[in-house]
Amino acid sequence: MPVLKQGSDKARDEDLLKRFKSASEADASGEAELDSEERKRLKQTGVDLDAANRLGTFIQTNCHVSSCHCDIEGVEMLPVTEALKKYDGLKDYWWKILDPGKDAFTREADRNLDNGYFIRARAGAKVVYPLQACLYIRNDNVAQKVHNVVVAEEGSELHIITGCTTHPHLTSGLHIGVSEFYVKKGAKLVFTMVHNWAEDVYVRPRTAIVVEEGGTFLSNYISLKGVKSVQTFPTCTLKGRNAIARFNSVIVAPEGSDIDTGSRVVLEAPETRAEIISRTISYGGRVVARGHLIGKAENIKAHLECQGLMLAEHGVIHAIPELEAHVADVDMSHEAAVGRIAKEEIEYLMSRGLDEEAATSTIVRGFLNVKIDGLPKELDDELQKAVEECRHGM
Amino acid sequence: MLHIEDLWVDVQGKEVLRGINMDIGKGETHCLFGKNGSGKTTLLMTLMGFDGYEVKHGKIVFQGEDITHMPLYERARLGMGLSFQRPPTLRGVKLRDMLNLCSSVQGAGMELAIEYGFERFLDREVNLGFSGGEIKKSELLQLLAQNPALTLLDEPESGVDIENLNVIGDMIRRLLEKDKHRNRTKSGLIITHTGFILNYVTADKGHVMLNGKLCCQGNPIDIFEGIQKHGYEECAKCQF
Repeated sequence: MPVLKQGSDKARDEDLLKRFKSASEADASGEAELDSEERKRLKQTGVDLDAANRLGTFIQTNCHVSSCHCDIEGVEMLPVTEALKKYDGLKDYWWKILDPGKDAFTREADRNLDNGYFIRARAGAKVVYPLQACLYIRNDNVAQKVHNVVVAEEGSELHIITGCTTHPHLTSGLHIGVSEFYVKKGAKLVFTMVHNWAEDVYVRPRTAIVVEEGGTFLSNYISLKGVKSVQTFPTCTLKGRNAIARFNSVIVAPEGSDIDTGSRVVLEAPETRAEIISRTISYGGRVVARGHLIGKAENIKAHLECQGLMLAEHGVIHAIPELEAHVADVDMSHEAAVGRIAKEEIEYLMSRGLDEEAATSTIVRGFLNVKIDGLPKELDDELQKAVEECRHGM
Repeated sequence: MLHIEDLWVDVQGKEVLRGINMDIGKGETHCLFGKNGSGKTTLLMTLMGFDGYEVKHGKIVFQGEDITHMPLYERARLGMGLSFQRPPTLRGVKLRDMLNLCSSVQGAGMELAIEYGFERFLDREVNLGFSGGEIKKSELLQLLAQNPALTLLDEPESGVDIENLNVIGDMIRRLLEKDKHRNRTKSGLIITHTGFILNYVTADKGHVMLNGKLCCQGNPIDIFEGIQKHGYEECAKCQF
């Protein structure tokens, strides 16, 4: 059984890096227009190029930024390499809450950056519709290195959907995504990330978030498709009084997938609140669902929930909920449950006239039911399809 | 409507029902009394066809069909409905979805929910954080939407406060077509521990179960009064 600690294994990680060519080498094709098949693939990943209500769109294909426009007042969207030039190296935000020396992947992103996005909502700007960003690997065997910076200035509200995906006919790749999020006083940032990878793709997001007084950070993470390996563990620090963080994940691990995910929230200021909820399904793959809540100030409230459904006889779901209190006056709790669907739930539905298949898919659909505003229909359909696949995977 | 013949049932290798015979005619409501652990719930679960209730001998005939080995959902489709005493919570499944799934006629569940003032529960997850009375209401709403020919009720009054007993009683009367005095087609079998439900629903016949056997049958009010007076032990002695 693999080790509990997620940490890096230098030799292994560097080995992995060597296997892929850099995105810039492959990028002659990065500049070509997206065809209809690719656009469909993006839609299934939450990125809709035809939607009238998406007023801001960023698309990076391999290392090439093919689209970056935003028509919303008070919101700025730039390729991060441009932002670095324009804003003097983004001194307040660049590698401020993540350490470039953390592991082989952060070092690689630091040394050989392809690009990424810089999105900033100015103070008081309230954005109704989500902005969308897509990090797209178009060629086989490419390593894409991205560094994103998002800043929600005081009192602003912003929703970003980021879809990460590969070309429909590609099987192998590496995605390194460094993301730093800054949620200022009273601001609200909703960040929805959809992963839609291929069977031999390795994914190494490295994410940190800081939330100031009265700010809110909501994260939704959806991964329904097969992937070789994902390893991610975003850390959110609630720095100011009354700050809130909430992480929702919906993860399906088909046969052959190894998905090691989790979220950590450090509640540093009094009266902060955090919630981590993960729903995972294995139909043959391995999922590690981590959650780590660290209470460091009085009157904080934090809850952690890991629910796992085993829909195949083999496969692994490993829930690791951790609570860590450093002061007495905290309210921290967790619940975790892993297993197959309870027979009494299936029979309850069957006693209302549903056959076993219909009863099972009703329960799985309920299990995966997370309310995410602004998801395109195609993605909702994908969710339904994943449910059907789960059912047949039994 | 329902014919049970010499039914012997094991649960986890233990003999629980020992030769049950019962007939419930079209339009009849029967009550089943008995101590905790006497086998009442086992009988209902066996009739409905839940897994783990192993029929060793005998048969169950419903609507003229031998259903002894018929799958659970087919019995439901044939017109049998059960109100659970403690139904499981379905995370993420909304009562709205559940009612739609149950409804024999499209939209029936929604109309009923509105009629019984249960709209605010429609977007709640099924049974999550419901009180005793709310669970019973939700169960009966599902059954009303399902519209079964034979309703099996497992202690419908348990956990319900006095105020809500009226509503529960009303819903059961409706399920069993108690307002019809002629041509009533709905039948029911009600497990009751306290007998309270008899104040709200008239029953045609009562049975007493002791140690997996039916030891007495007759007028339900008389039986219940007898039990109140002399306890179940007397029923054991009294061979009708």
